[in-house]
Amino acid sequence: MSEYAIEMLHITKRFPGIIANDDVTLQLRKGEIHALLGENGAGKSTLMSVLFGLYQAEEGEIRKDGKVVHITSPNVANDLGIGMVHQHFKLVECFTVLDNIILGVETTKGPFLEKTEARKKVMALSEKYGLQVDPDAKIEDITVGMQQRTEILKMLYRDNEILIFDEPTAVLTPQEIEELMVIMKNLAAEGKSILFISHKLNEILEVSDRCTVLRKGKYIGTVDTKDSTAESLSAMMVGRSVNFHVEKQPCHPGDTVLSVRNMSVASKAHKKMAVNNVSLDVRAGEIVCIAGIDGNGQTEFVYGLSGLEPLASGTIMLNGKDITRSSIRQKSIGGMSHIPEDRHKHGLVLDYSLEDNIILQNYFEPRFTKHGFLQRRAIREYAEKLIEQYDVRSGQGPITAARAMSGGNQQKAIVAREIDRGPELLIAVQPTRGLDVGAIEYIHKQIVAQRDAGKAVLLVSLELDEVMDVSDRILVMYEGEIVGEFDPKTTTVEELGLYMAGAKRATEESDLYLAGAKRKEM
Amino acid sequence: MTTLISYTIFFASVLMLVALGGCFSEHSGVINLGLEGVMVFGALGGALGMRYADLPPFVMVVCCVLMAVLFGMLYSLLLAVAAINFKADQTLVGTAMNLLGTAAATVIVKALNMAADPNNTSSEIVYVVPKKFFMVNFMGFEISYLMLLAVVLLVISYLVLYRTRFGLRLQACGEHPQAAASVGINVFRMRYAGVLISGFLGGLGGLMYILGGVSQWKFEVGVAGFGFLSLAVMIFGQWKPLRIAAVALLFGLFRSLSNTYNGFPFLVELNLPGSVYNMLPYIVSLVVLALTSKNSHAPKAEGIPYDKGMR
Repeated sequence: MSEYAIEMLHITKRFPGIIANDDVTLQLRKGEIHALLGENGAGKSTLMSVLFGLYQAEEGEIRKDGKVVHITSPNVANDLGIGMVHQHFKLVECFTVLDNIILGVETTKGPFLEKTEARKKVMALSEKYGLQVDPDAKIEDITVGMQQRTEILKMLYRDNEILIFDEPTAVLTPQEIEELMVIMKNLAAEGKSILFISHKLNEILEVSDRCTVLRKGKYIGTVDTKDSTAESLSAMMVGRSVNFHVEKQPCHPGDTVLSVRNMSVASKAHKKMAVNNVSLDVRAGEIVCIAGIDGNGQTEFVYGLSGLEPLASGTIMLNGKDITRSSIRQKSIGGMSHIPEDRHKHGLVLDYSLEDNIILQNYFEPRFTKHGFLQRRAIREYAEKLIEQYDVRSGQGPITAARAMSGGNQQKAIVAREIDRGPELLIAVQPTRGLDVGAIEYIHKQIVAQRDAGKAVLLVSLELDEVMDVSDRILVMYEGEIVGEFDPKTTTVEELGLYMAGAKRATEESDLYLAGAKRKEM
Repeated sequence: MTTLISYTIFFASVLMLVALGGCFSEHSGVINLGLEGVMVFGALGGALGMRYADLPPFVMVVCCVLMAVLFGMLYSLLLAVAAINFKADQTLVGTAMNLLGTAAATVIVKALNMAADPNNTSSEIVYVVPKKFFMVNFMGFEISYLMLLAVVLLVISYLVLYRTRFGLRLQACGEHPQAAASVGINVFRMRYAGVLISGFLGGLGGLMYILGGVSQWKFEVGVAGFGFLSLAVMIFGQWKPLRIAAVALLFGLFRSLSNTYNGFPFLVELNLPGSVYNMLPYIVSLVVLALTSKNSHAPKAEGIPYDKGMR
């Protein structure tokens, strides 16, 4: 018997124009937790898609228990005992947990479904590995954590021996991440072999036995985690040493720039308010960060602020002026800049050129428009200046279609446009989502530079590292309400996590809420 | 009163059958806007059966039903091939199918009529005798076999959708095809199944529609928007068979008022023009959809072609 559960040897996978995997080797031992580390675009997902049968590699071979196998489709992977928890869950929202688990391997009695045995098996597995789920709850009604446990149970129900976790912690609270780590260790102790894909170094260091690193499609190496540090792994991942901590001076807040009072925004998904009676201030020269788990009203709050959604109630003051009912353009002229959450939907017109995207917010100013005609030369000069200044890289400079640019450079273009307008208030929503380490560093620097120049910055982020590093003041949002205010220098990630999960809040009733949240979780 | 009831049941059965067809198609993820055309072709199949077959009564009924169902399924293959294999826009394909359905049926029937008698350029098929074969005396009511069949098909639809492996997988394909594919379900095959079932039920509904009241059918009039009305029934019925049946009864009642309002003195006294009653079901469906569509829970992935590359 081979000591490896799965071996992927010298895998090469090409797509038109790029080599996504270039001679990559990954050997997964039986019963180990093996991390696969790499930046966005390093080829982790491609490699896993090859293993899961979604793509076929041009070169190289895959061995299971030492024998060569040909994984031509996900069904073959399933038959070989390979299961995967995808980054975006593959769950049918209107089905129950149990139906999702049995889907595809249903047992029947005559023509009809027979779920009694399946339920017993699911409950036994749930007990054995500490995966609490309510088998009769619908997916749309349960927490993300429970959805993930459902995905894990799906693999276990199929008796999979090789479990792939694709960025499993991205959607979880710190407490849920802790639980997941324990579950993964239990699974490995029971003899399951686990592949854990991540770019979060501390998680890899905590949970994995060995770690394989990819960079730009190439195999960099495999190391024992116990001999590694965050610095050594990140140097392998990025190819140079990275400064994790954002350099910044102490903050000296000035006058209040943004003042929101009792803002509520209706929800499109349900009958409750998405944003419920929120009040906050942002002062000049400080970075205020709204932290929270995705979907707790942050998006709607920014929509309300920027004018993309109408307010149900409340007032917004910018520099002492009431802008509650101002149009989006008035707000923009009045000094509000917005780096939107979804850069493709609200940040750029993808089919426009880079230069047209750069003047999207101020094309109507006399320097760009005379007598109703666009001043092409002035626009070109301005665009070239910003491209130079903010190091926006693209194939053809100002005339490149925005669609053809990389995510990092698209984001840089938006940052350039929004910052160069000299705003009083900069709203940045998940400004570093999906970007690689270099681009993240750059954008954080720009945000801090704005603060140091005396501007007010409102940052909305789901990444706790970013929240802790960049902000001067943290507000936690839970179910549309601000439930706590923290100083990043004195709080901890764990404490924020409790508030983000709704387990604690800044009122006398905190014990009551704690009990309520626990009940919901069961 | 009895005429009102029998008309209501008749119209409700047609609407329910066709709406159930749409329901299966949409649960698989394909919007079948072409139900109107499917009905016309089902009607054509059945009518041709009644015209050319010469069989003992009960065999005749079975044969005509099979013809209608077969024509409906063949016609719905157009949608399946275009929408599933070629990832065409389902709204456009469905609309084209409706236009084509009535036109093609008219051409076919005219050609057949002219071949039999060069002077006969009508698009009419007459089926006075075979129509009687469909009628059966049921507890004093003169009803059609097809109504009984409709009730049976309602029960079967409910069981298939909620109690079988096929139903679970079909719904998974309409809600989250990537999830279905990731557990080894062949989304293409399930969507074909969904569309073909809608052809089956839609074709049957078409045959039933032309057997109501009259003994000949002019194919150039199509089925007078019943396919669309069925879609309204399906949406108001929230894609759930039992609710669809209930809503079909309601819509059937409004539709039958236009045939029977003369029998109710208080309605006659209102002195409304007859066309008001004719319009009633369509107006009701407009109002109902305007008021309820906000809360409707359509299958999430309906109308979106399934692409293996998308994850």
